[in-house]
Amino acid sequence: MNTEINQVQDQIIEEFALLAGDRESTIFYIMELGQQLAPLADEFMTDANLIKGCQSKVWLNAELEGDRIVFSADSNTDITKGLVSLLIRVLSGRKAEEILSADLYFIDRIGMGGIIGSQRSNGLTAMIKQMKLYALAYKTKLAGQA
Amino acid sequence: MNETVTKTAYQAEEIRKQFPVLHQLVNGKPLVYFDNAATSQKPQRVIDALIHYYQTDNANIHRGAHALADRATADYEATRLELRKFVNAEESEEIIFTRGTTDGINLVASTYGRMAVHEGDEVIISAMEHHSNIVPWQLLCEERGAKLRVVPVTDEGELVYEEYRRLLSSKTKLVAVAHVSNALGTVNPIKQIIADAHAAGAKVLVDAAQSCSHLPVDVQDLDLDFLVSSSHKMYGPTGTGFLYGKRALLEAMPPYQGGGEMIKEVSFEKTTFNDIPYKFEAGTPNIGDVIAYRKAVEFINEIGREEIAEHEDGLLRYATEQMRHIKGVRIVGEASEKVSVLSFVIDGLHHFDIGMMLDARGIAVRTGHHCAQPLMHRLGLEGTVRASFSAYNTKSEIDAFLEGVERVSNLAR
Ligand SMILES: Cc1ncc(COP(=O)(O)O)c(C=O)c1O
Repeated sequence: MNTEINQVQDQIIEEFALLAGDRESTIFYIMELGQQLAPLADEFMTDANLIKGCQSKVWLNAELEGDRIVFSADSNTDITKGLVSLLIRVLSGRKAEEILSADLYFIDRIGMGGIIGSQRSNGLTAMIKQMKLYALAYKTKLAGQA
Repeated sequence: MNETVTKTAYQAEEIRKQFPVLHQLVNGKPLVYFDNAATSQKPQRVIDALIHYYQTDNANIHRGAHALADRATADYEATRLELRKFVNAEESEEIIFTRGTTDGINLVASTYGRMAVHEGDEVIISAMEHHSNIVPWQLLCEERGAKLRVVPVTDEGELVYEEYRRLLSSKTKLVAVAHVSNALGTVNPIKQIIADAHAAGAKVLVDAAQSCSHLPVDVQDLDLDFLVSSSHKMYGPTGTGFLYGKRALLEAMPPYQGGGEMIKEVSFEKTTFNDIPYKFEAGTPNIGDVIAYRKAVEFINEIGREEIAEHEDGLLRYATEQMRHIKGVRIVGEASEKVSVLSFVIDGLHHFDIGMMLDARGIAVRTGHHCAQPLMHRLGLEGTVRASFSAYNTKSEIDAFLEGVERVSNLAR
């Protein structure tokens, strides 16, 4: 299980390895990733979709497509958008159980904690928690329908 | 004018040598510390004074009958004398030690404020105040049924002076205003502000948190009623600062906190209070930091505030001029008189992101609302990036900063 999730994580680890731990290039790259993330439609930029515990504003939306959960997100800062875009790349379009059991080892492996600092690390943890909560909610919902 | 006196050139490199913290790599790059408006770094002599106090003189002051207590008391009081000279107060009893600017403002609001502000009265502040010069007055006005009036600011970040004059009336009991804005660097015309307030019968508190390390302040020349500042923004330790108040006001004011040190005699029937300044210094004070604070004032005096101001002004002008050439940069705060602070935004980039990028290059700046949300709101901004310069900063540091800003500006969409 989770081979797809881990394949994407491994790809990300490889991409970041090219930056050779250079802090400035890494932040630059994350900002570029953020700028490439499709903006969230206005209707989803609601207070209900705001993640608590982030220094920047982050909106996260989750929808069910068949048995897959599709995430979309936005933020007022490019770095946060870049971070959430990585999470979306790894977790969006997966089944609820896959998301729930995912071990997101890529975050440590790319040295994210050291790069973004403790405040943003807490924000990242809050984003992951929120994604897993959505997965849990949809899992319960799907189980009810079955 | 024929300048015959040649001034010795400003020795920034020599000054830097006195600050151990500056000599380090951050993220592999030499540290460029441009967050001086938040707190300045400390010269070796301040650090040494702290160590010396705890290693050799530690004792409680004003009470112990022994050698250590005598030395500690003498050193503690020496700082008061030094600060008296620093702001040219008439008497050293007019200098009260506080925890810092915030504490000083709260002290005045709780004592002078409660004594002088009544229902229907008014307190005037400005739209560029730090939260710590807003909230205590809001609380006071709420408690007393008084009204808080706010002098607006222009798009350039200057007070709308005619509005201030218009707001002044016989209802005005107090005007509380920053000497220098921490978010924009604007220098306010405090001499005129004080004269106009006095003409209306109001007292004035000046928040000098951002000015004491940059500009000369003479409370007698200004005819100032209250002045507050923080040690940690003037090369001294955190956790201390001072309030200057005119003797007659301080004597008339009720005490702030009750406890030891501030009393003359205590019985359960009646307590008589100590004389100023001790009336306002209840409990064991922050002895070690106060003692080391003197070394910070000495440091400033040694270079000279005029010299520091001139050096910083040169840095600010150079940085401002160069910043105007960088695509997308918008300088926030274009007052005709400014000190130390360069606030800016880059269109299409968030200030947090700019701060992170600069940090990656070892450049420390502040990002956000700078505890001045009403001002940010007035300027239609969520926040800015703020670089603030100090006695030990150099032109080559500005060049490193400009290079960083240029690089991050390329990411603007
Ligand atoms: C203008 C101004 N007033 C008040 C304060 C509060 O000072 P402190 O935190 O030292 O009490 C600051 C600190 O940033 C300031 O810049």
